[in-house]
Amino acid sequence: MTEVPAPGGPGAGQAGLPVLELQRVTVRYGSVAALSRVSTTLPAGEITCVLGENGSGKSTLVSVLSGLRRHDEGQLLLAGEPMHFRSPRQARAAGIATVWQDLAVAPLLSIWRNFFLGAEPTRGTWPLRRLDIDRARETTVRAMARVGVSGLDPDQPASTLQAGARQSLAIARALHFGARALVVDEPTAPLTVAQQRLLLQSIVTARGQGLAVLLVTNNPRYAHLVGDRFLLLAHGQVAGMLTRDDVDASDLMRLMAGGEEFSALTSALTDLHSELGDR
Amino acid sequence: MISDRLPTLGSPVGITRGRRLAGRALARPSLPALVGLVGVVVFFGLEAPELLTWGGVASVLDAAALLGIGAVAVALLLIAGQFDLSVGVLATASSLVTALLIANAGWDTWPALLASLGVALAVGVVNGVLVVNTGLPSFLVTLATFLVLQGSSQALAHTLAGSVRVTGLDDAPGWASAEAVFGSTVQLGDGRFRVSLLWWLGLTAVATWALWRTRFGNAVFASGGARRAARQLGVPVRRTTLGLFCLSASAGWLIGTLGLIRIGGVQVGGPGLGTGIDFLLIAVIGGCLLTGGYGSAVGAAVGALLYAVARHGIALAGWDAPWFQAFLGVLLLVALVANGVVRRRLKAVPRS
Repeated sequence: MTEVPAPGGPGAGQAGLPVLELQRVTVRYGSVAALSRVSTTLPAGEITCVLGENGSGKSTLVSVLSGLRRHDEGQLLLAGEPMHFRSPRQARAAGIATVWQDLAVAPLLSIWRNFFLGAEPTRGTWPLRRLDIDRARETTVRAMARVGVSGLDPDQPASTLQAGARQSLAIARALHFGARALVVDEPTAPLTVAQQRLLLQSIVTARGQGLAVLLVTNNPRYAHLVGDRFLLLAHGQVAGMLTRDDVDASDLMRLMAGGEEFSALTSALTDLHSELGDR
Repeated sequence: MISDRLPTLGSPVGITRGRRLAGRALARPSLPALVGLVGVVVFFGLEAPELLTWGGVASVLDAAALLGIGAVAVALLLIAGQFDLSVGVLATASSLVTALLIANAGWDTWPALLASLGVALAVGVVNGVLVVNTGLPSFLVTLATFLVLQGSSQALAHTLAGSVRVTGLDDAPGWASAEAVFGSTVQLGDGRFRVSLLWWLGLTAVATWALWRTRFGNAVFASGGARRAARQLGVPVRRTTLGLFCLSASAGWLIGTLGLIRIGGVQVGGPGLGTGIDFLLIAVIGGCLLTGGYGSAVGAAVGALLYAVARHGIALAGWDAPWFQAFLGVLLLVALVANGVVRRRLKAVPRS
């Protein structure tokens, strides 16, 4: 078993050097390859946006990086060391934190329990090892204040949080545990402009601290706004790797919609409804 | 509870604070059961005054202890989103194993008890592994275990002991010390209080502490309330579930052993020591949600007490025994509705 290296502090990665590297990673569900020989790097201090249609392997990529799913072939390197995460707990201990698409918040657990779920601070030795509740509460309140949620009672169940604050909880948690890399699977829940700003701000802040950031998004405008590099996935394979200089937002939009599929759809629709062609 | 919060938190307005305290009290899973308990104690205290004598209290607590040990274990499993119907029959089966090892194989008491604990744990592991690895509903898996254990223990008793009853164990070596641990009594007035009471209280206290103050407890709550989130955050859901099935199996063994030591033997297929359904009922009456993620060990203990008071109260008041079943049904309905209301109230606490 590979030793899980201790996470460094913020700014652990040197800008430009790969924090995470995938080498010909393949993930199969039964006989279907969700990811097929995917190779890419996530450099420190850069935001890599993953773009692709539904079913192109974006979620699988997130699962592999966050330790939820083990890859079947290839290598996952963290700072040059090959890793085999057996659980998201190990990935988080190694400094890779994830904002999940569904936010991964347990509604009936209190806010501080949610914040530390799976990585609770403890004190005392084994049969009497217990949660360090005061520390957990304080840390939660401080971390939530950092993402703009103040006046919080950390003992309230997370179900009492409004959607935006729940998202802030997921982000604050990832920022707290992500010492080297941040994986963000853009939440599917509809977000207000303020919430979207918070998400993007947090991502940009993480980049500023030298973290490698992976952003999975369906919104090419946001991707272009914050992204430094763009990884295009199609059918579980890398369809392209672009940098900010290569593309503009409309290029991304076109690429994301699957290029020719989108134009084929457009022409099919205009054939049926000629008035659409004028739009 | 208020004092250990950060001073900058919470609005200083008294109303908000009072409302928050009220919300917190309502959020206690054990509250409806507690209200029900007070209700039945008052009602049967008037209807059958002998319930409140030393003798009445002792017999109520005695019944509550055996029920409560199983109910606390089942409550933990319910919180983790799983059922276990096999606890009651496991009690009979494991005490039968102990009895057969002592009576037929000539073992000493303690080795026989350890061996039957091993058998019980094996059943728990089988339950847990089946549930965790196949993803089958635990209700059905443990129903199957229940049937297997019920059938095989009766058949085994018949084949090996020649009857459904194994007795005369109390002259086995080590019986005296086992009796001290599992069968001591204290006489108070005309009531005989048994050591099973201490086992029950101890188990409830440890379970409560573990639920609220340890990582394990967090894992239990998260496994039941938000299994997907738990898995995404690296909570060991499978290990926790497996551990809980082993715990409920051990609780079954403990109930069986307490009964075995008490009567110096075991009877298979009789009225038994309560079936799995009873424990489930008590846990639900004690405030556990059937959907998991919510409940408490204290609630289960209160539920057991409520159950025992009602059963003895009905007997002492001279009513027909079947009324108890009807009462239990009403109680269950009320508990289900109350749990739903409390849960909705809990979710609806306003944020300000």
